[in-house]
Amino acid sequence: MSDAKPYEGPPDYRNVGLHGMSPETSHDEKARFNFLAHMNRHLAANILPGVKIAYERRVEPKYPSPNHRNEVRKGLLQDPLFQHWSALRRGTMELRQQAGRWVTIRQADALNAKAKEMTDGDPRLVLDPELELPNYLAKIDHHCMPGSYHDELVPGDVTGAANYDVGIFVTTGGGLGRFSDGGGEAVVAWMKKNRPNFAPKRILDIGGGLGQNVVPIAKAYPDAEVVCVDTGAPVLRYGLARAKSMGVDNITFVQANAEDLSMFEDESFDWVQSTMFLHETSVKAMPRIMAESYRLLSPGGLVMHVEQPQYSLDMPLYEQAIRDWDAFYNNEPFWTKMHELDLDQWMVDAGFDRDELLHGGVAAVVDASLFPQHATDDVEDFGRKAAWHIVGGEKKAA
Amino acid sequence: MNVDIDPLKLAGAKPKGKRPFFLKDPDVERVLAITMAVAQELAVMRERLDTVERLLEAKGITQDDIENFSPTKAQAEQRGAWTQEYLARILRIYQQDIEGLASPDEPSSEDVGHELAQK
Repeated sequence: MSDAKPYEGPPDYRNVGLHGMSPETSHDEKARFNFLAHMNRHLAANILPGVKIAYERRVEPKYPSPNHRNEVRKGLLQDPLFQHWSALRRGTMELRQQAGRWVTIRQADALNAKAKEMTDGDPRLVLDPELELPNYLAKIDHHCMPGSYHDELVPGDVTGAANYDVGIFVTTGGGLGRFSDGGGEAVVAWMKKNRPNFAPKRILDIGGGLGQNVVPIAKAYPDAEVVCVDTGAPVLRYGLARAKSMGVDNITFVQANAEDLSMFEDESFDWVQSTMFLHETSVKAMPRIMAESYRLLSPGGLVMHVEQPQYSLDMPLYEQAIRDWDAFYNNEPFWTKMHELDLDQWMVDAGFDRDELLHGGVAAVVDASLFPQHATDDVEDFGRKAAWHIVGGEKKAA
Repeated sequence: MNVDIDPLKLAGAKPKGKRPFFLKDPDVERVLAITMAVAQELAVMRERLDTVERLLEAKGITQDDIENFSPTKAQAEQRGAWTQEYLARILRIYQQDIEGLASPDEPSSEDVGHELAQK
């Protein structure tokens, strides 16, 4: 074709980085991930802009001057294009879960044996079988992922974690890079640029899941002792095996609830990090998480939370309503409330002075020769775009 | 393979949280879900065929070879198993409807969100 436009879109799944825990994928399984990544891209690039037009021409005239994003969403729910975009977006997530679960569960024995071999007896895996699951994780399977981060099909199961790992490519159209670690890489880039002399000895990642975002941090600070905390045993088991297979040996994976980290001493971490975690908790949990983060932080240390942008007064209600889609229709129930909270106030309530707070923005850092760069990509898949806000705090040195 | 684990059934499992339906007639949405799953599998097949055709070009395999191919019994059974996997994949929506029957009063993400937003 002589008039071919430069290609813009997801890379082939075959470019995704492999590590020691990567499930095997057949030709057709890879092709299925390719199709689904393109589906998400198509919905964001070609259908969602139409939803905005439909809102302006059909919904807003019927429901003028909304006062809240929920009014916008209730109006949108009556519109056929929003209905179809939603049905397709939900259906694509369901297809993605099915595709990833098929890949990982069909090789459950092999994956679970590999994880066992790589983690058995390793002191860097600290599990607590008595840990009670917090209600925000027990009541619903986040992002429609059956079994969430915690269910085990058999003892020692890691298939849920492996499914989560392989599917991030699909949901973000490759926007998070080869190892789905664009968020962690972005945090590292921010830190190296803005705090070039920061040399943390101990780093805590809360709600770190399978560690995809803490591995880049551990690599960037190889002399630091890194702890990744999560409630789900399968993600922790998988996470340690995955990190080790990538040659990253300074992370300990600990099963714990971020609301109660009493196993760690006061002021014992120089850096407390969360990346896309707070929105999967609750109003009751947030002050406990914030308080624990402050308590654990050493003087001169830094807390950093990375999330999608808050719903500020200058964010149009339509954008807020679309960003809320995942809250109502993709099983992210706290997403909507979390994004309207005054995070600064919560940080202050936890103990920070206002002048200790820090704010910023980061975008996924990926291998741009193969993966789309969302920082410069004008396709906006609200709520899933690989660009985030930082809210943090620095405890004054003693 | 662990006999307790049925990958085909588990792959299509329903996530916890009542499913929202968006279209005026939920049956239309069911058909849409099936259609998109079929579209997916067509794309998969197209990618595979493209791989095969590009490889065959260099190997001298003819159209006649393909038209006259007949599977052995074992090959036919492999194809049958593939078709069963295929149907489980494209008819996932009914599996989840059925799994949802076990929890008719399950709260939605919106319901849980209200609860989680309480002090």
